[in-house]
Amino acid sequence: MNPLFDRIRERLAAKVNEAAEAHGVLVLRIDAAALLDVVRGLKDDFRFDMFSDVTAVDWLGQEPRFEVVWHFYSTVHRLRVRIKARVPEGEPRVPSLVGLYGAAKFMERECHEMYGIAFAGNEDLRPILLYEGFMGHPLRKDYPKALEQPLVPYREGFEPGRE
Amino acid sequence: MNPRTIPIRPEAQKSGAFEVLCTRKDELIGWARKFSLFPYPFVTACCAMEFMAVSSTPYDTDRFGAALPRFTPRQSDLLMVVGTVTHKQAPVLLKVWEQMCEPKWVIAFGVCATSGGFYNNYAAVQGIDRVVPVDVYIPGCPPRPEMVIDGIMQLQEKIANQQHLIVNDRF
Repeated sequence: MNPLFDRIRERLAAKVNEAAEAHGVLVLRIDAAALLDVVRGLKDDFRFDMFSDVTAVDWLGQEPRFEVVWHFYSTVHRLRVRIKARVPEGEPRVPSLVGLYGAAKFMERECHEMYGIAFAGNEDLRPILLYEGFMGHPLRKDYPKALEQPLVPYREGFEPGRE
Repeated sequence: MNPRTIPIRPEAQKSGAFEVLCTRKDELIGWARKFSLFPYPFVTACCAMEFMAVSSTPYDTDRFGAALPRFTPRQSDLLMVVGTVTHKQAPVLLKVWEQMCEPKWVIAFGVCATSGGFYNNYAAVQGIDRVVPVDVYIPGCPPRPEMVIDGIMQLQEKIANQQHLIVNDRF
């Protein structure tokens, strides 16, 4: 394992449940409540200055159901870190990173509309790729595949698909 | 003189006296209209590459009078929907179509515009005919230029057989 990754593991051992390296990326499994401490440590102490992505995985049937995944990159060390936290279906809520990375604003909006993850602290969670009035979260595994939510009425003879 | 050169004989010069064209008025109008298409390219996705290929020299849609794209719907009469249309974009497509003056025609270029293609999901409209009426469908992912040309020729045939409003009893 990369020596920097070992140092990160030692420093954040109290907050991290499980750490491993996968394809050259350090993977940290944490509790959602510890997110801000872990990310602040990565940013301030280890210079992970770029927030690449936040997305989610829907493990339908498992509990807790959702796994939120963040990616960070250090332009100094040229290394990547992936953080994973599980959140339950009943309250899919994680802290927002807008205070640490400005880029989090839009990416959290996308994750919110696609998976219904709430980001506490992000004031602006309007739809960004979808449109106002869209019901449900289309990348959840239980979203009906054939459901159409058209914005304009269909012409005569055409019916929007339902499930 | 080269023996293969056909000499121009003074006695064979054109006078115009015997240049007569026999046709019907509505056919003449249809013939004139079918070579005067002004396409509006509503280009949303990767089919645009094929649209450029069919527009440029080797295939040359100019031969069909469909060379000059107008980038305002008010000056065009052929809406070419090239690529995937999403539900979020459907109101834009409808607005563009409504802004075009009659008479107007629509070509669905590529399988996504025709039927949604393989994008059978929450985002893609399953064929633009749900939103605007379509005259010619050109499937393919992307369609070959020959298919596009065939589609344009089918549309031309349709236009030539339509009756323009000026062709009436008093015309």
